[in-house]
Amino acid sequence: MLTVAVVRFPGSNCDVDALRAVERVGVMAQFVWHRDTSLHGADIVILPGGFSYGDYLRSGAIARFSPVMQAVQRHAADGGPVLGICNGFQILCEAHLLPGALLRNAGLAFVSKPVDVVVERTATAFTSVFEPGVRLRLPVAHGDGRFVAAEDTLRMLEAEGRVVLRYVPATEESPLQPNPNGSANHIAGISNATGTVVGLMPHPERVADPLLGVPDGLGFFTSLAAWRPPVSTLSTPNP
Amino acid sequence: MTSSTAAAVVTAASPFPGERPVTDAVVREHNLNEVEYGRILELLGRTPTLTELGVFSALWSEHCSYKHSKPVLQTFPTAGPQVVQGPGENAGVLRLPDGWAVAFKIESHNHPSAVEPYQGAATGVGGILRDVFTMGARPVAVLNSLRFGPLDQPRNRYLFAGVVRGVGDYGNCVGIPTLGGEVGFAPGYTGNPLVNAMCVGLLRESDLIRAAAHGVGNVLLCVGARTGRDGIHGASFASEELSERSEARRPQVQVGDPFTEKLLLEASLELITSGLIVAIQDMGAAGLTSSSAEMAARGGVGVEIDTGLVPTREAGMTPYEILLSESQERMLVVAEPYRVEEIQRVCAKWELGAEPIGHVTDDGIFRVRHHGLVVAAIPGQRLVDDCPIYQPAAREGEDARARRTAKPQRPARTDLQGALELLLDSPNLASKRWVYEQYDSTVQASTVLGPGGDAGVLQVPGTAFGLAVTVDCNNRLVALDPYEGGKAAVAEAARNIACTGAVPLGITDCLNFGNPEKPEVFFQFREACRGIADACRAFDTPVTGGNVSFYNESPAGAVDPTPTIGMVGLLARVADRVPSHFSTPGDEILLLGATRGGLGGSAYWTEVFDFIGGSPAPVDLAAERSLQRLLASAAGRGLLRSAHDASEGGLAVALAEAAMGDAYVESGFGAVADLGAYADGVPAEAILYGEDGARVVTSAAPSNVDALVSLAGEHGVPVHRAGRVGERGGALELRLGGRLFTWSIGALRRIYYTAIPRRMRHPDVDRSAGA
Repeated sequence: MLTVAVVRFPGSNCDVDALRAVERVGVMAQFVWHRDTSLHGADIVILPGGFSYGDYLRSGAIARFSPVMQAVQRHAADGGPVLGICNGFQILCEAHLLPGALLRNAGLAFVSKPVDVVVERTATAFTSVFEPGVRLRLPVAHGDGRFVAAEDTLRMLEAEGRVVLRYVPATEESPLQPNPNGSANHIAGISNATGTVVGLMPHPERVADPLLGVPDGLGFFTSLAAWRPPVSTLSTPNP
Repeated sequence: MTSSTAAAVVTAASPFPGERPVTDAVVREHNLNEVEYGRILELLGRTPTLTELGVFSALWSEHCSYKHSKPVLQTFPTAGPQVVQGPGENAGVLRLPDGWAVAFKIESHNHPSAVEPYQGAATGVGGILRDVFTMGARPVAVLNSLRFGPLDQPRNRYLFAGVVRGVGDYGNCVGIPTLGGEVGFAPGYTGNPLVNAMCVGLLRESDLIRAAAHGVGNVLLCVGARTGRDGIHGASFASEELSERSEARRPQVQVGDPFTEKLLLEASLELITSGLIVAIQDMGAAGLTSSSAEMAARGGVGVEIDTGLVPTREAGMTPYEILLSESQERMLVVAEPYRVEEIQRVCAKWELGAEPIGHVTDDGIFRVRHHGLVVAAIPGQRLVDDCPIYQPAAREGEDARARRTAKPQRPARTDLQGALELLLDSPNLASKRWVYEQYDSTVQASTVLGPGGDAGVLQVPGTAFGLAVTVDCNNRLVALDPYEGGKAAVAEAARNIACTGAVPLGITDCLNFGNPEKPEVFFQFREACRGIADACRAFDTPVTGGNVSFYNESPAGAVDPTPTIGMVGLLARVADRVPSHFSTPGDEILLLGATRGGLGGSAYWTEVFDFIGGSPAPVDLAAERSLQRLLASAAGRGLLRSAHDASEGGLAVALAEAAMGDAYVESGFGAVADLGAYADGVPAEAILYGEDGARVVTSAAPSNVDALVSLAGEHGVPVHRAGRVGERGGALELRLGGRLFTWSIGALRRIYYTAIPRRMRHPDVDRSAGA
């Protein structure tokens, strides 16, 4: 049976939302405190949104030094899935589990609204149930969501198909839905090479309940529920 | 001065070494008048120390003592079967189904925001959050009501931008969604903006905790941030008029730290739900002084604290400074002595300190030591209760009466066709998207209806029911007719709640007025409160608490009287909620309520004729109540596709708003409505732009129309079947007076959604200009 660890940093504020979204798809979830040095055997890790340590130095910059992050690093290195949402994405970049960085929004203001995104990479632990190219409406709520990376890193991400979500650029028909933060290449989410570590600026956990509206975020969690460890790690005992 | 009256309990206290002697000049500096100072001498039976004088000055400030408002506030209805906690606590509490309860309160932070908009607004949010979570409730929504001078002045744009950023940064970081609010602009607010913040929290009724100190020998702990020199005498600052000298008050504005607030929130709720503590109170206005004195008075006990034990940010702070500091993110906790270590463990987990600073005593004295030396010793109950209460003179101003009978003199700036565009372009009526996009409105994953509609709605997690929340006040109506304006503020709030399908439960109020010592201001206050009380009685929505903010005056005069009403309602089934906007071509448009064509105080006269005057339409409380009941009943039967309140700007604006759709649809809907056979004898301009209350624009699937019409009949609410929702991106077509008015929905959207960003030169404005 899968279990999910939702890491709580001081200042996390989407931790309960993430936990509830995981439970909604019938998967067990538990909180792991930032001072813990173990993930208590969890199969999947979520770094939720919020303002870890107040984001006072730079978003995610202090959280990466939390004791629990060493366990998260080991988990990711062993091929374990990690989903970072918003502040969690920022922490994954700061911890070099994902390339690039998230800087102040181009508009210099916090932006909270629904945005339209396209799911591009579906070969990840968190997007496997989607059809490539499907369009979703997900909320964003961040001050530091502008994804930037060196030119060659951006080329590499595009060439390897590691863009998971992309903001739908403004069009004649949809002028009120521009890239909300000035992200390079309209990037809203990326993954590592194997698709096990994913960072998203939008918040799928906030739109996973049909009672609140169209549950466009639910697929990220049904994907998570469908994830299985590679067979080799199950059958081969550790040397 | 050794003579004492029979009533005095003579106590002894020594001046703190180095503190100034208390002279007449020092007394005046502390904003205490002769009567008040005389009362202090009588109560102590001796001259107070400077520390004691500071304590009296804070607790007897208008902000803490309600000395000009108490008799009027006592006329509010405060009882009802749903009331768990009425006024007098940190927040009011109302009962919900299944053992749940809602704690909510609104408060002003006007004066600090006038001199330091970002921190002033941020700490306003912080304070109101603490008022709610000290009741044991988890904050689930914030709302705000803001007023500024016109946006063509750079100073007003600076204040507006700074306040919005301050409100947003604080609430966003703590993780509380902003579900609604209102923003208004008028010349009277230029020197004195209004910043009112409301917080709504959920708790299990069994977890409710009150801020009353109990148990002689119990320990007082200071939890959270260290005490610094910021905000000293903030409560007194809030109790005087703003002037050129107010800039010098900037150091009295507190500085907020939302990260510590979030830790304090989690630690406090853990302390409360685990039963480790006896009582808890925010160190808000007047800091340690008011929290300790008020908790002791509520519990009928004394307290003794040693300011030398309070963790401070810097060395050398005097007891006077420590007692009166308004440093943010601090709590005073009362607990049994054997719990202290466990409390400290919980706080340490949240990276917070919890230091014992005193204990509960049995002698009723508010006693302060500093490293042992007694620097203040005041009979505690009398400190809180004995502030002189005033019954100021009330007389309506001549000009107010004259304005009510006046008519527009200047020619109209545009015709009936252009008026709608002009109104939708007015920052008062235009979309507040520029504001609410800076506030996280979806965190906590429970938002059912976010900002931009009639009322915000959230789901109570794990249940089928929800809460509807709103803040409202049309200050123009209150200025012209305080009694009707007070009624109208409550009626509009209730209508907004009812539009979502919810039933109004109760209110909190933030009463923003000028200097109460001026008879014309006190008249406005008294009459507006009478209106609020009458409306609350008619709607069974008791007043559960709130805040009075007087002295909202700049050298240019008093602000418009602005009694902001914060209301919560219960939506029995979240699935039944009704949005504000049309959604389906072919739906029928029905107007509920009667149109008599009242233009007094209307946005139409204000914007099109540059005229603020006339007599506001009287509020028919019975008609409002019937309409509220009809809406809840229709929503519960699934008869409504949309419902939107017609208020500022009248029917034309309400129809346009319903048709334009929210900010994130690709286009709005056309709509065709025939108002020809409607409101007999009312001129076209008054049908389009009149502001009678008790009216709502609805849409319904054709198959539900007969049922809706007959339900309206049962409730005695007039219905007009006006027309139909058209195709996406169509036009709003209104037929009346033998004419056909046509507006392109796309063009109206462009005006409505860009009016504020255009004025704020928002970088997004060019990209979002299409619609």
